[in-house]
Amino acid sequence: MAEELRRTGLYDLHIEQGARMVPFAGWEMPVQYPMGVMGEHLHTRAKAGLFDVSHMGQVLVTPKNGNPETAALALETLIPADVLGLPQGRQRYGVFTNDQGGILDDLMFANRGDHFLLVVNAACADQDIAHLQTLEAVNVTPVTDRGLLALQGPLAAEILATLIPAAAEMRFMDSQIDDWDGTELWLSRSGYTGEDGYEISIPNARLTEFAQALLAHPDVAPIGLGARDSLRLEAGMPLYGHDMDTGVTPAQAALGWSIPKSRRIGGARVGGFPGSDTVLTELTNGAAKTRRGLRPEGRAPIREGVEIFEGETGGAALGKVCSGSFGPSVGGPVAMAILDASLPDGTTLWAELRGKRIPVTLAALPFITPSYKR
Amino acid sequence: MLKYTEDHEWLRAEGDEIVVGITAHASEQLGDVVFIELPEEGREVEAGEEIVVIESVKAASDITAPVAGVITAVNSALADSPTDVNSDPLAAWFFKIKPADAAAIDSFMDEAAYNDLIG
Repeated sequence: MAEELRRTGLYDLHIEQGARMVPFAGWEMPVQYPMGVMGEHLHTRAKAGLFDVSHMGQVLVTPKNGNPETAALALETLIPADVLGLPQGRQRYGVFTNDQGGILDDLMFANRGDHFLLVVNAACADQDIAHLQTLEAVNVTPVTDRGLLALQGPLAAEILATLIPAAAEMRFMDSQIDDWDGTELWLSRSGYTGEDGYEISIPNARLTEFAQALLAHPDVAPIGLGARDSLRLEAGMPLYGHDMDTGVTPAQAALGWSIPKSRRIGGARVGGFPGSDTVLTELTNGAAKTRRGLRPEGRAPIREGVEIFEGETGGAALGKVCSGSFGPSVGGPVAMAILDASLPDGTTLWAELRGKRIPVTLAALPFITPSYKR
Repeated sequence: MLKYTEDHEWLRAEGDEIVVGITAHASEQLGDVVFIELPEEGREVEAGEEIVVIESVKAASDITAPVAGVITAVNSALADSPTDVNSDPLAAWFFKIKPADAAAIDSFMDEAAYNDLIG
């Protein structure tokens, strides 16, 4: 029997907005609204899109001894990132690794002074929480009474400022707590679209009201998971379970940038996380294969699972597409695949689509120019 | 008068040919169409054979030949403006087929029956 799908606090609002709901990671989520995936995608790049990301896991990690450095160092035993050096009020991206150096999940973590706030993928949340609970020095508290919204797009800042003036002063990857009409909001200036924008954690009791206040602005449209996927793909951002998983290392996923010098060979806090030998050796020597961008010729999308070849005929597959779709802002198909790191951008390869090989060009990621407020 | 298949195609008799497109319901379900691959003219097809690939931003789907016959024409203008399928699905025909059995179209649903099907 299928497990019952969970609903976010915005379910009724999604229905009211005409959303088509689909199962996603155990949740019933809006995949698109009447505007359609293409329209929602372009609206987000032109104005501002509102996303319900309440399915994602929000987790508080608090040091048992009251010393935030203890929590930072504990998190560093699971995440190859600089947690200790993260200033208060700032957020970073990282991954949980396994003993083989593969990726268990990716996440955002924010230093909130006496504790850390983590945001993890919905499908991995239970596993991540159990993983975090193996840390003896910290208390791990899943946040169950809050939803999460993302407001993304070039007008996001001025629109959010009409409700929360302090939001306008934030820089990319700032994290702070603000008051909205007597309610505590947790803001970060970040997102998953390549646009400027925010993620906003709100108590469930006022989630719908806050979403409605944003939607009342004529330049804000609700955006579903369909456009969320095409937006992040154009922005060259990996999606867990597709572009990375337990069999893909950070270097192969092109996420080596999230591992700073301090955690690498020769650094002050080298290694000390699961699979560190594999992960760090590969970062030092360079991964043989890594996640690359692909621009297929013509208009046919090259989707997940399509095999990539060196030539127009014969040969063994070099790899498979891990994410691929039509990029509405690019105006053509875009894809990503884990392929030979030594091939230069501009190299022509071939994708086998319905028995025919179509030329695809290796392209730098992202496919669009991000517009973060640094 | 249009006839309809259970695969959400509309069929229109035109002389001894049948013109085939997809219904507004199907186009809504597909979402924004970004690519269409049409069959070759002159191809002989079986009923139920997948002969058109239609890609939306979200997914790829197939359109099947409603009857056995020969493809006599394809709407190649759709390759350049696939979104016509969304904006005017009744005008955006995909192909014309000359059925092996001239009476083949009679067995398909009329509009009332199709509307019952899609609820």
